[in-house]
Amino acid sequence: MGTVFHLDIVSAEESIYSGPAEFIVAPALMGEVGIYPQHTPMLTRIKSGMVRVKAPLKDNEEVYVSGGMLEVQPDVVTILADTAVRGKDLDEAKALEAKQRAEEAMKNKLSEIEYARAQAELIEATAQLAAIQQLRKRGH
Amino acid sequence: MASSRDIRNKIKSVKNTQKITRAMEMVAASKMRKAQDRMKKARPYGEKIRNVAAHMSKASVEYRHPFLANRETVNRVGVIVVTSDKGLCGGLNTNVLRRVLNEARGWQNNGKQIEACCIGNKGLGFMGRAGVSVISQITGLGDAPNMEKLIGAVKVVLDAYTENRLDRVYIFYNRFVNTMKQEPVMEQLLPLTDKLIKGDGVESKVLRSPWDYIYEPEAKPVIDDIMVRYIEALVYQAVAENMASEQSARMVAMKAASDNAGNLIDELTLIYNKTRQAAITKELSEIVGGAAAV
Repeated sequence: MGTVFHLDIVSAEESIYSGPAEFIVAPALMGEVGIYPQHTPMLTRIKSGMVRVKAPLKDNEEVYVSGGMLEVQPDVVTILADTAVRGKDLDEAKALEAKQRAEEAMKNKLSEIEYARAQAELIEATAQLAAIQQLRKRGH
Repeated sequence: MASSRDIRNKIKSVKNTQKITRAMEMVAASKMRKAQDRMKKARPYGEKIRNVAAHMSKASVEYRHPFLANRETVNRVGVIVVTSDKGLCGGLNTNVLRRVLNEARGWQNNGKQIEACCIGNKGLGFMGRAGVSVISQITGLGDAPNMEKLIGAVKVVLDAYTENRLDRVYIFYNRFVNTMKQEPVMEQLLPLTDKLIKGDGVESKVLRSPWDYIYEPEAKPVIDDIMVRYIEALVYQAVAENMASEQSARMVAMKAASDNAGNLIDELTLIYNKTRQAAITKELSEIVGGAAAV
């Protein structure tokens, strides 16, 4: 049974390939892997590179993926392609950046609150001054 | 009564406002289509990765990821709040932030601490004012949700979760129902609920007996990667939905504003004509009166 399997290549932004395939070659982390139907379940990371797809009654097709994950089930193969350039250090740097931005924003918010408070006090003071002047006018 | 010149100026200013709101309405309408497209295109990834997660939960994996383990005591709650960067989109942000506030009040009453990750300007400002500590933020996403930009902000939350500084993570965003309707929703991100790891039911028939994957290079890093990507995909999907919601809410709000401006112009024109008529009548009667006196 089964001379084809269902292949899905998806990225977070779009579906890149979806359909039957007889055979694919993907650039796995430990070297290229070729997958025929009824392959043992496998999970692996893939590097950026070309995925060669042989669809039934069609010529070989090549799809570029910029890294991601590959899941193999006997009759379903899924490639989860990354849209961003990944790396432990890169991710770490991004996280740090996001954190710093949040801290800065909190600080700015504080100064904004201070500013709002000062402004409120100022408005109150000017209102008081105006009221005093009015009273004086009436007094005279 | 206001002079006819005042009214004319007023009409002019309302007309200018109407021009702006109409332009914004059209811009939002065209952006909405693109945002909806992006939202739909993002779905397959979420579905596929959910299937993989579902397969993984069935496999007899020797390593169980912390995202899957339910924690008994919940002391600290993390919230990811997805809002828009810009305003003028009706009650969109207010609705979702009110939802956040309601939930947060409940948690605070139960003595839970709250930390927030803000995606979008409006939520950031609100959380800052509400005095919730913001551990990460990302603003200025533009019109397309960008995975590259989201990674950092999400990672801070995930790290906090793995290090036990957060015990539960929720995400708040506007779900896009249709152009006229968007609803604020709260979803639990971590630990992953059964609902989130239920696949499409496509199961391999050959493998009923306990099975496990071949992992390359090892089980732990691969599963870690999948889990992180899964959460990121969920956040990405939420942001994409929120953006589609934002554009359609803005379109509707701007349409209402244009219509209101139209009504206002009609009313003002009526008043303007009346005062003009009154002025002419007055002038005429003065002339007639003057002629009669001669």
